[in-house]
Amino acid sequence: MSKNRDNSILLEMKNISIEGYSDEAWHPIIKGVDLQIHRGEVLGLIGESGAGKSTLGLAAMGFVRAGCRFTGGSVLFGDQDLTKMNENEKRELWGTKFSYVAQSAAAAFNPAHRLINQTIEASVSHGISKTETLEKEAIKLYEEMQLPNPTEIGGRYPHQVSGGQLQRTMTAMAMSSKPDLIIFDEPTTALDVTTQVNVLVTIRNIVKEHNTAAIYITHDLAVVAQMADRIQVLRYGDTIEESETNKMLKSPKEDYTKSLWAVRSIKKKENKNKEKILSIKNIDASYGSGPKVLQNVSIEVPKGGTVAIVGESGSGKSTTARVVTGLLPPDKGEIIFQGQKLTPNLSDRSKEDLRKIQMVYQSPDTSMNPRHTVRDIIGRPLEFYHNIKGKAYTNRVIDLLKMIELDETFIDRLPSELSGGQKQRICIARALAAEPDLIICDEVTSALDQIVQEGILKLLLRLQKELSITYIFITHDIATVKAISDEVVVMHNGLVVEQGMKSEIFSPPHPDYTKLLLSSVPEMDPNWLTKILSSKN
Amino acid sequence: MHPILSTLIKRIGLGVVSLFFVSLIIFSSIQLLPGDFVEAQLGQARTEETVAAFRKELGLDKPFYIRYVNWVGAAVQGDLGSTFSGRNASYANQPQQSTARTVTSLLKPRLYNTFFLAAMTAIIAVPLSLLLGITAALYRNTFYDRAVNASALTTISMPEFFVAYILIIFLASIYQFFPSLSNVTSSTPFLERVYLSILPALTLTLVTVAHMMRMTRAAIINLLSSPYIEMAELKGLSRSKVIMKHALPNAWAPISNIIAFNLAYLIVGVVVVEVVFVYPGVGQLMVDSVIKRDIPVVQGCALVFALTYILLNLLADVISIITNPRLLYPK
Amino acid sequence: MSKVINQYSAKDEVASVFVKRTFLQRIFITLKKAPFTAWLGMTIIVFYLFVALFAPLIAPYGEAEIFKTPYAPWDEVHIFGTDRLGRDILSRLIYGARNTMGIAILTTLLAFLIGGGLGLLSAILRGWVDQFLARFVDVLMAIPSLIFALMLLSIFGSTALNLIIIIAVLDSTRVFRLSRAVGMNVAVMEYVEAAKLRGEKIGWIMGREILPNILPPLVAEFGLRFCYVFLMIASLSFLGVGIQPPTADWGSMVRETGELIQYAQYDITAALTPILPAAAIGILTIGVNFVVDWFLYLTSGLKDEQK
Repeated sequence: MSKNRDNSILLEMKNISIEGYSDEAWHPIIKGVDLQIHRGEVLGLIGESGAGKSTLGLAAMGFVRAGCRFTGGSVLFGDQDLTKMNENEKRELWGTKFSYVAQSAAAAFNPAHRLINQTIEASVSHGISKTETLEKEAIKLYEEMQLPNPTEIGGRYPHQVSGGQLQRTMTAMAMSSKPDLIIFDEPTTALDVTTQVNVLVTIRNIVKEHNTAAIYITHDLAVVAQMADRIQVLRYGDTIEESETNKMLKSPKEDYTKSLWAVRSIKKKENKNKEKILSIKNIDASYGSGPKVLQNVSIEVPKGGTVAIVGESGSGKSTTARVVTGLLPPDKGEIIFQGQKLTPNLSDRSKEDLRKIQMVYQSPDTSMNPRHTVRDIIGRPLEFYHNIKGKAYTNRVIDLLKMIELDETFIDRLPSELSGGQKQRICIARALAAEPDLIICDEVTSALDQIVQEGILKLLLRLQKELSITYIFITHDIATVKAISDEVVVMHNGLVVEQGMKSEIFSPPHPDYTKLLLSSVPEMDPNWLTKILSSKN
Repeated sequence: MHPILSTLIKRIGLGVVSLFFVSLIIFSSIQLLPGDFVEAQLGQARTEETVAAFRKELGLDKPFYIRYVNWVGAAVQGDLGSTFSGRNASYANQPQQSTARTVTSLLKPRLYNTFFLAAMTAIIAVPLSLLLGITAALYRNTFYDRAVNASALTTISMPEFFVAYILIIFLASIYQFFPSLSNVTSSTPFLERVYLSILPALTLTLVTVAHMMRMTRAAIINLLSSPYIEMAELKGLSRSKVIMKHALPNAWAPISNIIAFNLAYLIVGVVVVEVVFVYPGVGQLMVDSVIKRDIPVVQGCALVFALTYILLNLLADVISIITNPRLLYPK
Repeated sequence: MSKVINQYSAKDEVASVFVKRTFLQRIFITLKKAPFTAWLGMTIIVFYLFVALFAPLIAPYGEAEIFKTPYAPWDEVHIFGTDRLGRDILSRLIYGARNTMGIAILTTLLAFLIGGGLGLLSAILRGWVDQFLARFVDVLMAIPSLIFALMLLSIFGSTALNLIIIIAVLDSTRVFRLSRAVGMNVAVMEYVEAAKLRGEKIGWIMGREILPNILPPLVAEFGLRFCYVFLMIASLSFLGVGIQPPTADWGSMVRETGELIQYAQYDITAALTPILPAAAIGILTIGVNFVVDWFLYLTSGLKDEQK
């Protein structure tokens, strides 16, 4: 992709192994990985949680976190081996030749110092240039990163600017010493999609402009497709596959690599149903005496279908779920469920009403009591709503386990003895145990790896077919919406932007916000970002 | 209004409110006295007249809130009432004219002594424990860290009088470096006062250093695990620069809280140590008065201790507020 | 490059290693890995409990039995000599284990009953109940507890019952704060919300959802609070306003024999007489602290693993 790359190797990692200390023993994190990066090249490191990509990224600087150690291999930078250097020698390179951009900018900036001082700190302390010169250069970098008021923003403190701006400031900070290599560690993961686009654009431009080499770490294949010249796929501390970006996207060799875009392959035909199971009418809601988080929200949910509520953080999509379940009584408006008005407050609802609406949460780690076994977790609703006891109880729990593609060997396990996907399945079984008519799924797949997401979504679709359950599916992920929904509701700042069938929402004409949202979702096409830019200009 | 100002005002307001409630509790304690207390106190001198006079002096004949207002009004002006002791004799002879001493006159010289001892301890203990705590955090999981930690845990587990007696055996009895009785008076010259106070101060130092050091260590370790510290390391800054520029500016709030907490702890430790070394401070006075059930004196001492405690915590919170960049530089 | 099979199956997803063990097996495995300090602590605690339980069988003489010679030196008849009234020091030390520890345990239990219960209630109910209790506790904690205890004892008098109630109430403020804080951390968890959505009553939520999850910090706190209460009672007794004679109690024993300390240069055993009960107090506290430290390490270690 980049034309001005000379082909000399900047950094080479050979057979690198790293171990981490936990539970009174050393465990391998990186198992003999090779990695090469040329001058001016952007290498994408991609992998799911636990793949060891952050550890490998930091190791490229010769840095290991506390509780980790190098156990083999070398990191060659020029003729120096970083694994053999002492701390002082490495410090000479850190902040001059190497820079690091962390995932959470809010945590990585020191709250006690102004942005400009932190931006130029590394360069000042390594004596790269005079402070005034560096400050002027920093302002230029702020300008290049399209930060508002580049001359003034440096005088601010980290908590005074937004997350997206902070992330861009951190990139400017990394550029300040004109390094040879920058490690970007999931720099946009914490941002909303519409913010992410701008940060991606500025990062890509500045890296190209200054011909800096970079390692771009992410779990999102579509993002890395925009940023990287070459992609290396990691799993459990091993390299799975490595090739040029275009080649990787067109013809991935390994099955695992293909599974990384598994969700995007589910296609569900939309069904239309006139009969409504739930109508939310003109709801206003707020927390305590705070500002209104929902304004005049009305949503219709067809029986036996799936309504996806999509929006960014702060759009009010989760608050809508809280209002429906009765956790947050609305200030105004009403909820009609199966033709009858639901009482606004949870504690006033009958057991029967509570049974009919069940909820599945984003994080199965926090939605299952860590001290209860699978038997207790799935069985409690059986006992509570249906008064099933004794042998029938155990049999029914096993039935439910089979329904979610697990079996009776799981019945005595604690949540800590299950994997992420299994946990989420148990949560679904708990909801099914109540025999509900409506299940609210709040971001149920966003904490899971791609291949596991696919499994969960397929399970939900199958259950819907078999049991004709209605879903409200709350998510920020457009791919998931496309995969599972019949109807879509777009929310923004506590307002419903639009509601309609999936095919209507995803085809033009769009209201402004929907257009922005849809256009901000990265696509697998490596030229997507370029196209977006040209269409904007 | 600047948010720092409003936060400060809120915090100080809270301090005043808790002071009000604390004074209310201390004052009401006299109301909780069992019914026969007045008669028991007067002992031999108990007659209908003396009982009535005593009740009147205690103010038991007026409504509660009037008595409280009077008491607080007097307390603010430094008048904490008269002691009970020595009352029997005086009441027997002249029921109308009590010759009992005022609580304030008893408290004043002792207050100076106690603050002297506390200050002397603090001067040694605060820098020492900060040094130990910070170095233990920096060299954590080394032999040094483990040794410091284990000895701190041991010291914390010991009652103050145990530490005091061990010091007496070695430093006052077997080797007679220091006196085991710290009988200072108002006319004791400064250097001799320091010399007499060395053993009690040393005892208190050992106990407070252990606590303060452990808390400092925990706070620093917590701070050093922040992502911005890792960022600073990855900028290639030297270790000292990371600590001085990135850790320290964020450490004032936790450290000032730890110091305040431990100085408050010191005040409590003072009670036992003063009794061991017969040091004429407020703590010893309070214990004597509790045994004699001389309630006004107990009240006065409790008020002094509580006031110091509240003010120390207030001071720590004020420091946390004014060093918090989020409040200093609002959005 | 390793080959990965893409036959996805929910059952085969890798979770943490799963070996089913009974509760006793787990305890046994944990104990085998315990460090030296923890073993030392446990040995100390077991030894103290043994002495306390079987005091009448172990002690050579009675608790308040008076012999002819006061301040008898250490010899075969009276291993640690006698005190001012001629009572056998060793016997009083042994009976003291019973009295001092018994009162401290009762006090700590009472403090947990009051503080723990109210703290949990506060965490779940929130609202004005929580606000009221929390503010009230703030005010109580604005007075140092030893000072507060001294004041209350001067009013109500130093009986064992008063001592237990006063210290338990004062100490329950700290238990309240802790159980409220950890309870709140758990109460905002989604599984508690899920239980509320199911329609569960407050009793179930407190007992079945929250309590099992805050047990480890509460158990650790029980150890620490016990140390604190134990030292406080010892201090009060030492000051003469705690456990009253003739009950044998370590704090009062230090007070009663304290003057012997002056004779260290002439007769070291005499000077050691007040040190014995003081050391008895200190050693138990060290033992409990060691065990609590290990327990905290264990429970926080588990937390790291789950991340």
